[in-house]
Order: sequence, then structure tokens, then C-alpha cells
Amino acid sequence: MSNSPAEQWMQVRPEGLYCAPADIYIDPIEPVTRAIITHGHADHARSGHGEVFATPETIDIMRTRYYLGDETRENGLKYGQRFDLGNGVTLWFASAGHILGSAQAVIEFEGTRVVAAGDYKRHPDPTCAPFEVIPCDVFITEATFALPVFQHPPLETEVEKLLRSLRTLPNRTHIVGVYALGKCQRVMKTLRLAGYEAPFYIHGALKRLTELYESYGQDFGAWELVSDIPRADKHLFQGKIVLCPPAQINDRWSRRFADPLPTVASGWMQIRARARQKRAEMALVVSDHADWGDLIRTCEETKAGDIWITHGRVEALEYALKQRGMQAKALNLIGRDESVE
Amino acid sequence: MERFAELLDDLYFTNSNLAKETILSNYLRSTPDPDRGWALAAIAGTLTFDLFKRNVIKSLMMDRMDPFLFDISRHYVGEMSETVALAWPRSDDPVRLNRLPSLHEVIGEFQSRSKVEIRDYLIILLDNMSPSQRWALLKLGTRGLRIGMSARSVKQTLAKMKGVDIDIVEAAWHGLTPPYQDLFAWVDGRAELPDMSQIVTFSPVMLAHPIDEEKDLARITPATHQAEWKWDGIRIQIASNGKEGDDREAKVFSRKGEDISASFPDLIDVVDFNGVIDGELVVRPNGDIGSFNDLQQRLNKKKPTKTLIEKFPAHVIAYDVMEWESETLRHLPLIRRRETLKRVVEAYSDDYITLSETLPFKTVEDLIALREQAAQTGGLIEGLMVKDINSVYTSGRPKHAWYKWKRDPFLLDAVLMYARRGTGKRSSFYSDYTFGLWDEDGALLPIGKAYFGFTDEELKKIDNWVRSHKLNRFGPVQEVKKELVFEVAFDAAQVSSRHKSGYALRFPRIHRIRWDKPAAEADRIETLAKLVGA
Ligand SMILES: [Zn+2]
Repeated sequence: MSNSPAEQWMQVRPEGLYCAPADIYIDPIEPVTRAIITHGHADHARSGHGEVFATPETIDIMRTRYYLGDETRENGLKYGQRFDLGNGVTLWFASAGHILGSAQAVIEFEGTRVVAAGDYKRHPDPTCAPFEVIPCDVFITEATFALPVFQHPPLETEVEKLLRSLRTLPNRTHIVGVYALGKCQRVMKTLRLAGYEAPFYIHGALKRLTELYESYGQDFGAWELVSDIPRADKHLFQGKIVLCPPAQINDRWSRRFADPLPTVASGWMQIRARARQKRAEMALVVSDHADWGDLIRTCEETKAGDIWITHGRVEALEYALKQRGMQAKALNLIGRDESVE
Repeated sequence: MERFAELLDDLYFTNSNLAKETILSNYLRSTPDPDRGWALAAIAGTLTFDLFKRNVIKSLMMDRMDPFLFDISRHYVGEMSETVALAWPRSDDPVRLNRLPSLHEVIGEFQSRSKVEIRDYLIILLDNMSPSQRWALLKLGTRGLRIGMSARSVKQTLAKMKGVDIDIVEAAWHGLTPPYQDLFAWVDGRAELPDMSQIVTFSPVMLAHPIDEEKDLARITPATHQAEWKWDGIRIQIASNGKEGDDREAKVFSRKGEDISASFPDLIDVVDFNGVIDGELVVRPNGDIGSFNDLQQRLNKKKPTKTLIEKFPAHVIAYDVMEWESETLRHLPLIRRRETLKRVVEAYSDDYITLSETLPFKTVEDLIALREQAAQTGGLIEGLMVKDINSVYTSGRPKHAWYKWKRDPFLLDAVLMYARRGTGKRSSFYSDYTFGLWDEDGALLPIGKAYFGFTDEELKKIDNWVRSHKLNRFGPVQEVKKELVFEVAFDAAQVSSRHKSGYALRFPRIHRIRWDKPAAEADRIETLAKLVGA
């Protein structure tokens, strides 16, 4: 098998993945003149770029997180909207199903189509557009959960676990550790759909992004800031759900609650030792990434002649794809932070 | 099987012991026999057979999963059962079960099947289970369950369900076997506990109160009390039924009722009385009583070699006798029990059992002098036991019956080096501390860890101090600036090659926090060496 011509114009540089004819990087880890940003998570979106191409939602998220300075030129492209990057390179975005605004960057040059999927998942998520399979020549995939042990359960069963615990331990405050962007909103929305009606009590760090989701029409029902509740009203939280960043579930902040039950919602919770390490008394397997089966299925569905693997358990995925007769290689990108998932 | 898997998950992820006990008792109340009995056995670790072997699981996986992918998965997860539970590739055409069999059905099936059939049944179950159910099955089947619940805690749960003292459960425990239907009949109030008189079981021990020097010393006279050494071994109970051949039973139990007979075949072999003796277990290398460190060599070995036994032969210093020739002596005064004990011990070679000698004294000053003498033994003797000669033998800690009068603990000023968060209520606090002493090169060497000895107020202050003096982080362990001095109390120190400092402390606790003391003025390793006479 011969390598794709894209080998010539898509390169791995210290700053990140680089498209030479358009002089543009995808999710660079350092400030660059031109950047395509697939989504708003901190290990993909950074501050200091000269010009940014992203979906309008991602631009909004980046603004909320102060990643965009006054001097940054913003180009918001809706899913499917084509843009001429110059020198014959076309860019458009397809939804990635990871978080609000998350996109696969589709780059076309001299008849070759490269899709850089960023982070993505195939499981349903009521807070963002579903993943779209884009047939292509080169598919660039992540491998965060690329081991056969990662087979993510449906979110509904995990949420049911939480609701059952609220019923059996009605005096305990269920403190759920979630990442502020994406995980928080997905968990809240799924709880609403499962019939949870009480207000959510949330940590201040989750407020702005939740409001941003609401500005895009997401409805999370009533929620209040924990800091707005008088300290004396501890009992309010009993048998209720409190959401906060994962680091807070066992830290000083959690001491204000009566009999807290620390819970972590993350894809890593599938591994018991990981859950114990976080001192979680309940582990909810909630992942915003594709699991083992979905990673392989997606690579197959794109019909790409070449699969490039960016970050995660690269070795296992490369091995499994090759076993299935696909051409796969690792890109050895640096700077991806696994704790943000 | 579903309920059992849920129970294990709940126990596994719960931190506090009390909460674990509640979870377990809820399960035992709401689950029928014999399932609950089997679950109890799995958790208490009393199952006596594997349902299947580990290599059966491994070979199943090798048949259906790429070995390279299995290997990196197992390496990533860190453990085989969990890897299999998560990654199990379902059969192409699986046998569908309408429901999962119950726990006792699973156990019954495995026990009645041949090797090949065991394999088939295991596949059917794994195909029909969720990851956490698979984990429960694999852990149950290979007896590898570790969910952080001790046998003691299990018995405590049963005692609370029945509203009785744990001693009653302890006393019956060793005569009961899974699936414990007679035990639950008793818990439910449908039957009495079975008669254990012919079975050698552990019976709860009598414990001493620490002496209150101001109040208690005045009560003590040579006419009413006897004094003995408090040896630094482990408190044990030897019980035997005095029978011969297949009916013969002899056991050694720890103070908490754990059967440690397997570690001490040299004792078990010589015991031929019919009775129950209370004593201190020590070892005698070269005929002299050895240190706790020596004893440790034997305690850790489930199957000691001949060489080890010859090097560290077991020896019992007998304190008391509770049963003799099938009669209980517990209601007799100590002075009368001791007469029997003397006769018993005389029948044995000094090599195995000796009587705990009573120490002559006339006045309290004599006792003080004896206690001083204990302090000079480098830790071999922990202090004195002073017992009312009219005391009857009851379980627990009756007031003013027996006193323990430990020699003063050793004290050292050590420097806080690392802190880590506690568990349960303390999980948001840095409450476990590692501290060290200076060596001759001016470096700090860790000598021990402590997580008690301070008040809640002090804990908050130390927690704040740690947070504002952070250095490196090693996983859960937080290194701090070497600036805070603890006065550390401990009962003994042993030479230990496993510790960089060369010493291991026994029962280290924080005695005082020396906020005022500069770290440079903390103690040096050689001070420790002198203190313990090493
Ligand atoms: Zn992401």
C-alpha cells in the first residue's frame, strides 16, 4: 500500500498538526498565527493565536474562557460551511458529538480529503449535535479510551445508579465531580430527562459555561450557586445533587455539606483503582470520548485509506486497526492532557 | 447473583466501616438463605474451595482475545479479574439466560460439574453478565475478594443485627460453616445457637484497663493483687479437646479470634490437654525469649519451614486457664484458676509452655521499681500486669479487675516530611504524617508514620500548615517543607532493614506539636539508637 499524498502537506510539528499550503495548525499547543480549533477543552483550545477558525459555539466558549484577545481575528464557521483558506485549501467543519460546538476539521487539498476528528464520541448526547461520518482519504483519530477494557455503558444506566443512591441514602449530599465544559451540562440534562426535578446546586466554576449552554437553547431547569445558599442551611443539600469540579469533591469546599457522598463522573471510572484513587464513593462511567468498539467502527466507516492516531492509547489502536487490514500510524503529538476528557 | 454483585460494589466503594456494616446488614436482612450465607462466607473469607481456577479464566481469554491486546489491557488495569470483567468478548452465538442464577445456584452448579463443564458454565455466565457482575463472579470463584471489610467487622454486623455483644458471635463463629443457615436462624430468632461444646472454638478474652496511677495504685496490696510481667509478644488462646486420632483438635487463636494454628505447628503438635489456656506467644531463639521482631518472622508465615521453626521455636507464657476437662473455670477467682494452671503447665516441657511468674512486692514502691526494671529490657517487657486475685474471667474489660501498667513511652522530636489525606471523615484533611530524624550528614530519614494523637482543632491547624508549605507531590503523598516538629511517642523500636533509617517504631503517635521548635533542633538518629539500647 502506498501512503497518502497528504503525507506531503499535513505535518507534525512541535506546535501541533500543521497544514503547510494553508500555513495553519490544528489545535496547536502554542500560540501561532493561524489556528483551527476543534473544540473548547483546554488541551485543544489555547490563547494567543493570531487568527482562529472554529464553530461559532467554540468561539463563544473560547471567549468565555478568555482564550481570545482583542487582537485575535475570529472566523466562526457553522457545520458544513465551506471556507477557502487560500492556496487551494478548503476547510469545513462536521459535528464530532463530543461537546457543544465540537467539530471535525475537514481539509481538502488537490483532491485529497483529510478529516481531523479532534475528540469525538458516538454515544448519544442531548447537549450537542451527533457525530457525522465523513468519508475521507485520511482520518485522524484520538485514542483516549483505546483499550478493549473500555466499553462505555449507556449514560442512562449510570444516571439511574445515582438516582437509586439518592433514594436509598436520602440524608447524604451527593457531590458529583464533573468537568466544567461538557460533562457538567450533559450530566445535568440527562438527569432532567430521567426525571430528577430538584434544583441543581453548583460550584461557581461551573456557572459561566452552563449559562453559555443555556444561551444556545439548552434547558437545565432550576439551578442555584452553592455560594448563594447560607451556610446554616446545610439541610437543603441533603438527598440532593451538588455539582462541582472533580478536585473539589473531597477538598475543603466539600466540608460545608452534611454527610457528603463523593461521586465522580468520568470515563476513567470504569477502572476501579482509578475511582478509589479519586476517593469516589460512587463511580459513574460517563465518557465524552469514543470507546474501544466505537473507535474501530468509526475508522472503518470513514473508509479512509490511512488512519493517523494522535493521542491516548495509540499502540493498542494502531495494532488493532492493522490487524483488520487498515493502514494506521501514530503521530506522536505532544501536549494532550488526559485529565480533561 | 445481581444482588450479590451490587452488594460487593457498594461495599467496595464505601469508605467508612460503619456504613459498610449498614450495607451488609441491609443485604443480609433482605436476602433469603442460603444466598446470604454464601455471600457472608465470600466476604468473611471462609470459603474453603475455589469454584474455578485462575488459569481457566486465563485460557478462556486467550481463546477469544488477541494476546497482545489482552496483555496491554491487563497491564493498564493492573489486575486480571477486572480486565476480564471489562473486556470479556461475548461469544458469537451466546446461550441466553432468561435470568441470572442466584448465588447458591451458581455455587452448586460449579461444584457439581466436571472440569470441561465448569468451563462451559463459566462462559455462559460471563456472556450474560454486566462488567461488575463478572467481576463479582471472578472474585468469588477464585476467592480473591478484597473489599476492605475484616472478618471482625462482619461479625460485628451480625452481632448488631441480633442486638448482642460481638463476643457471642465470636464464640460460635469457628464452629459454624457456610452457608451459615443455623447462624441466620439464630439471628432471625427462630433457633438457639448450636452447641459448640465438642468443637474447639475461640472464646472471647479478658482485657486489662490501663492503670490510673492517681486512683488505682491505692487499691493495690500484696494481699489482694498479683503482679506479672507484661511481655511483648502476642496474646493468644490455645484450645484443645484432648482427643486422639481423627477426633483430635487443637488450635491457636489470636486475641481477636483469628485461627493462627497453621503458623505454629510446633505448638499444635505438643498440646494434648482438654481445655482452654490464655497466654502470651513468644519465640525463643537460642533458648532465650526473643524480640517482637523475631516473633514477626513466624507470624507472617502460613507454612513455616523446619529451619524457621528450629531457629525461632514458639513458646507460650501461660497467664490463665478458662476451661479444663470440659468444665468452665471462668466463674472461679483468679487465685483458684491459677492453681489449676500450675498443674497444667507442670505437665509440659519448659520448652513449650511456662507459667507466667508472679513478681514479689510489698509496697507500691516495689511495683514502681519493677516497672523501672521493665523499661531496661529494650522492649522485651512492656511493663506490668496487676490483677485482682479474686477476679473472675469475663470477656471484655471489667473495671478494677486487671490493670496494665506500661512503662513510659519513648519520646523523640521528629520533623514532618510528608502528609497525605485521611479516609472517611478525614478525607479532606491532611491527617497521615510521615516524620523523620536527622542523620549525621544532616539529611532527614523517615522513621515512622502516625495519624492519631492530636485533637480535631490541632488537625485543622496542621492541615492548614501543610497546604501552605507544599513541596513536591508523589501521587497521593504531599511533601512539605521540613519545618514543623512533632514530639512523637512510641512503645518500642526495632532494628529494621526495610527502613532507610534502620529502625521501625511500634505504635508511634503524635504526643505534642512543637510549633515553637526550630526543625534543626529536632532529634538525631543516634538518639533513637541510644533510647532503645540498640
Ligand atoms: Zn475534549
